[in-house]
Amino acid sequence: MKGLGTSRFFQLPVLIGVFLLGVYLQRSGLIDGMLYYWEDIVYLTNQHIQLTIISGSLAIAVGLPLGIVLSRPRFIKVSEWAMQGLNIGTTIPTLAILALSMSLLGIGFVPSVFGLFIASLLPIVRNTYTGLLGIPAHLKESASGIGMSAGQMLLRVEIPNAANVIFAGIRTALAINVGTVPLVFLIGGGGLGELIFTGIDLFDTEMMLAGALMTALLAITVDILVAACAFLMVPRGINPSRA
Amino acid sequence: MITLDNLTKIFDTDRGVVSAADHINMEVPQGEICVLLGPSGCGKTTTLKMVNRIITPTSGRVLINGKDTSEQDTVSLRRSIGYVIQQIGLFPNMTIEENISIVPKLIGWDKSRYLKRASELLEMVAMDPAIFLKRYPNELSGGQQQRIGVIRALAADPPVMLMDEPFGAIDPINREVIQDEFLKLHRELKKTVMFVSHDIDEAVKMADRIAIFKEGKLIQYDTPDDILSHPINDFVKGFVGRDRALKRLQLVTVAEVLETESSVVTAEDSLATALQRMTDAGYERAIIVVDGDGRPVGYVSRSVATTTKGNCGQHSYNLRTLVRPEDDLRTVASKMFTHDATWLPCVSEHGKLMGVVTQRGITHHLGATYKSSHAKEQNLQHARVAP
Repeated sequence: MKGLGTSRFFQLPVLIGVFLLGVYLQRSGLIDGMLYYWEDIVYLTNQHIQLTIISGSLAIAVGLPLGIVLSRPRFIKVSEWAMQGLNIGTTIPTLAILALSMSLLGIGFVPSVFGLFIASLLPIVRNTYTGLLGIPAHLKESASGIGMSAGQMLLRVEIPNAANVIFAGIRTALAINVGTVPLVFLIGGGGLGELIFTGIDLFDTEMMLAGALMTALLAITVDILVAACAFLMVPRGINPSRA
Repeated sequence: MITLDNLTKIFDTDRGVVSAADHINMEVPQGEICVLLGPSGCGKTTTLKMVNRIITPTSGRVLINGKDTSEQDTVSLRRSIGYVIQQIGLFPNMTIEENISIVPKLIGWDKSRYLKRASELLEMVAMDPAIFLKRYPNELSGGQQQRIGVIRALAADPPVMLMDEPFGAIDPINREVIQDEFLKLHRELKKTVMFVSHDIDEAVKMADRIAIFKEGKLIQYDTPDDILSHPINDFVKGFVGRDRALKRLQLVTVAEVLETESSVVTAEDSLATALQRMTDAGYERAIIVVDGDGRPVGYVSRSVATTTKGNCGQHSYNLRTLVRPEDDLRTVASKMFTHDATWLPCVSEHGKLMGVVTQRGITHHLGATYKSSHAKEQNLQHARVAP
């Protein structure tokens, strides 16, 4: 918030710049060119959002419990190996993951969702795990010394205090997810990738830009939504943005 | 009442087997504060944590009010024991109100009752509920946080409290204040408290009994006065410090060494009367002048009374400082040194003269303990050595 206030000096030139850019784009016919694909944009954006929501919620639904289980003391031996595995998994490019997914499940909606799910699972598990491990020992001692059962300690102390880190993981995961959806066009999953890749193949800049800009817009929107969730759901006492 | 019966904890470490607590036998009577004292690694914290089973004993028993703790469910056992740790351990995601209400909530009090309790407890430590209930721990100073830590442990009114160096991380000035507050609370609530400390001064101040540990063994378990006046071996002697006689000063109040003044003069009495009364009462240096209500207003010195004529009011000196019967002797000694005085008048709440404290009286009181118990000391030494 403070950043905006101090940079008021730059606001006017930026506004003028954006306005001039808009005028230029209008004059060059680019916007009209893009709006030519409006029906496609709406349909594919819908598809894009569906892919993101389904694969993203699956990743959260699986990733959170997995991270929690791995952080429990009794799984400490397994979890070291599991985290190493996940770390290696992170280094595999998302395109490769989609390719592997296709060779496993064929083409279409299901392998797309599966590939996206795998790609966005890793940051969620990793952040949940490290967030929970990072809870100071004295908080846990205090919680168990006070007479909380393991479950109460997890729900009332550990998860709320790791919420910031966990949300950061979800944010990363969904950003990766939205950005990867265009690639699932390549394994027959649809989405805005259809405009981008077709546009590239046909040397049709307007078509490509229509898909690319919409994807960028979606990514930003999702990021803002997750940030808003974090802002509202992380308790004030440990929320750096509400201090 | 907390009873430790042959309590033992053996840790298997990389460097071999370490017995952190070795057949500890002790009993903390109902309503008393027992301080476990010793250098780091002496087993005092291990012993404390075996009481609420954060550390499981290797062998031996812990009994709380006669009930063996190992036969109870650990979770409900802990809910019946207040627990305060050095790092405070307030939950940063909860407001002060929520932090205080945790245990009452866990044991199923209804909402109005635990909310009322939270405000009540805050008032007990002089923090305004209207200001603090809705705050988060990170908005409080260290001293305030530890106050909350203490009242959170008291929330469900547990009969027993365990405190692990609770005031260790607080700056010295605040520590004094919070110690005083805790003692005041304790006098009202009469909990049985086990308290870990490595600070002999804190122990002397807080404890009804002190248990001194070394390398997992209980070396001496006695009242602070006995620990200071009769340390059973060189280790304890070294631990309590060479100024242990001075430390005892804070255990004795003015009331115990007060010489109730029988002879005083008023401002209208002549100096001859004053001299006569000094001689009769055997005062070597001076006599106190009081007003009509018995309040001390000054003193007349013997030298003035022998050499001058007139009445006491004209020739009295102002009293430099006064003490109260509940002051400890350390304060008194400090005042005596500051004002270069060998005696100080003691006044009641209403300012009435109650008597005087003299340096001779103080040294006599401290010395008397040594003389009277010198004979039985030999026997005690054998009795107090840990098995």
